[in-house]
Amino acid sequence: MPFVIKRKPLNLMEKLYLPEIARGLSTTFKKIWEKPVTLEYPEQRPTIPEGYRGVPTLVRDPEGREKCVSCQLCEFVCPPKAIRIVPGEIPEDSEYAHVEKGPKEFDIDMLRCIYCGMCEEVCPEEAIWLQNQFSMSGYSREEMVNNKDKLYELGGTLPDEHFKWNKKKDAAAKGGGH
Amino acid sequence: MEINPIVLKFVYAAVVVSVIMGLCSYAVLAERKISSWIQGRVGPNRTALPLVGGIPILGPFLTRLGIFQPIPDGLKFLFKEDVLPGHVNKFYFMMAPVISLVPALTTVVVVPFGRFVNEAGDVVPLVLANVNVGLLFLFAISSLGVYGVVLAGWSSNSKYPFLGGIRASAQMISYELAMGVSVLPILMWVNAPGKEGTMNLFDIAVAQNGFWFAMWMPLSAIIFLVCLFAETNRLPFDMAESETELVSGFHTEYSSFKFGLFFVGEYAHMVIGSCVFTLLFLGGWNPLPFVTLESLGMGQGILGAVLSVGIFLGKMCAMMFFFMWIRWTLPRFRYDQVMKLGWTILLPLSIANLILYIFIIYYLDTGL
Amino acid sequence: MTDIFFYIFSIVALAGAFGVVISRNTVNGAMCLIVTFLSMSALFVLLEAYFLAVIQVLVYAGAVMVLFLFIIMLLDVEESAARKTSVYTWAASVIAFGILIVGVVAIYSADSIRTKAESLPEASGASLKAFGYELFTTYLLPMQLTGFLLLIAMIGVIALSKKAKVDS
Repeated sequence: MPFVIKRKPLNLMEKLYLPEIARGLSTTFKKIWEKPVTLEYPEQRPTIPEGYRGVPTLVRDPEGREKCVSCQLCEFVCPPKAIRIVPGEIPEDSEYAHVEKGPKEFDIDMLRCIYCGMCEEVCPEEAIWLQNQFSMSGYSREEMVNNKDKLYELGGTLPDEHFKWNKKKDAAAKGGGH
Repeated sequence: MEINPIVLKFVYAAVVVSVIMGLCSYAVLAERKISSWIQGRVGPNRTALPLVGGIPILGPFLTRLGIFQPIPDGLKFLFKEDVLPGHVNKFYFMMAPVISLVPALTTVVVVPFGRFVNEAGDVVPLVLANVNVGLLFLFAISSLGVYGVVLAGWSSNSKYPFLGGIRASAQMISYELAMGVSVLPILMWVNAPGKEGTMNLFDIAVAQNGFWFAMWMPLSAIIFLVCLFAETNRLPFDMAESETELVSGFHTEYSSFKFGLFFVGEYAHMVIGSCVFTLLFLGGWNPLPFVTLESLGMGQGILGAVLSVGIFLGKMCAMMFFFMWIRWTLPRFRYDQVMKLGWTILLPLSIANLILYIFIIYYLDTGL
Repeated sequence: MTDIFFYIFSIVALAGAFGVVISRNTVNGAMCLIVTFLSMSALFVLLEAYFLAVIQVLVYAGAVMVLFLFIIMLLDVEESAARKTSVYTWAASVIAFGILIVGVVAIYSADSIRTKAESLPEASGASLKAFGYELFTTYLLPMQLTGFLLLIAMIGVIALSKKAKVDS
């Protein structure tokens, strides 16, 4: 229901205008002595809250294996089509030959990325994470495309200890499925 | 070696103008710093000179204060691209910034900065031209400054600057009257019967050895101050550029150094305005009401001269601070409010004030 | 030295006045008029009538011309390039110019003006106090009459610009 807020009539002091200006001046004068709230950025960094969605990165597990299995779900879901993946075979002689696939190339174009976090949400392997980094800069368009090496460098290691693929390998060796 | 007095005058003028320009550039810095303090920010704090900034404790301190900031500010105005829009009236477009700056710098010649007691005991004003009609000269020349704004608005040949120019001229006409009438009580008091007629700013300052005029003519002081804000186009009266409505008013089409001249001109007007207010109402170089440098025994020689200039500049800087303080306290008036305030409040009030002081001064002079 | 300044400012004043008459653009005309006013006040300074000089700048250049410019801008006066000068205008201006010449010659040839510069009394505009005193004693009546005339003009303007009441 609409209602009308009654405007309070001004009293004499307010009508004279000058006393109110003096009051305003005293307010601003007090503000001068307060500590500035500015964060002086390059030296002082903001505290990043938990769950912050920064630059998307790729992570490795504690053994150093790249977690991405190149399923391309993130590429498919990415709204601005910032992700390009070229899937590659994992070589036969590798310890992880049973994982079948890994990314040969993995590019995220940071000029297109909108930091929505859908890639992180959709990833079945918990391989792509939006982490704390928030400042990306470069001198050319090419520089702003994060390739696979850069993504792993930014991402680091995810300290989860469940080693899903190792367990699968063990189970397969014992002749069972799941 | 004898120096030609005309050459000497030129040297003095150059010195005073460069001091004023320096004051202007630091006024810009002060404005940035004070606005940041009032808004809880830090303000310019990065620019460091290579050598001076490297001094252990002093260097970083000065850098934090932004002391070196005016240098890059000025250089930026010089080196940015100077755009000359195709649709402007070129002659007036080029002239306008100069016209707005020159009157502000010209008025400096009649403003006394202090006084010097020579060996014969005479009090000599430190001023470029000690003319009898100093106050009127100042009003006359500073009123020419508005042509810069009006011409800039007109020659830009675009809507927002044009509106800014029209507003500036209307505002100037409305507030100059009240401003002139509000100082008349002072002139009446200074030109008491039996004295030589004067409108000299130095004599007006000397007349405040006892009471300062702001103390017993507070209404005059307030009216004059409000009009001063309007005449210098400062907030809350900066109708000519009001960013919220007119992009940036009369200097919308200006860039680079031409804009810089407008910018410096505004601050030069502020500096002169502060000087005049100090001389008219705040006792010039008297340290306190009823306390003169002579009564403190420090009025003689070079020391007295330096002290008087220092006190005068101190008061002027306080006025400048007040200008900026007001800017970050009051929101801008609406245009019709500005006109209403000028014509229906300030003008009648200043005339009433004049009549009141006619009677007061009459009774003070003749005895009740 | 003074002579040189006199000739400089006289020429500027005359050039400005000429500019007012011939300029097609109204704003140009107004600016020329301001130049004329300023150099006229410089001539007053050369006559040591400082008060008059300052008043000239304050009132004419500082206030009246700002108002002029304001009106010119508000009305957006078109450049009068296409307008033809009629025969009557020509005749009137020639006659007026002739009368002006006759007047100047008549004044110049009169004896009263041929006094030596040294014997001239101090101009009442030179000293502020003398000026004020003369204005409110000797010349009180002309001043009051002028003020009254201005008042009439002002009332007339208010009466003309007031909106007529519409009967409902």
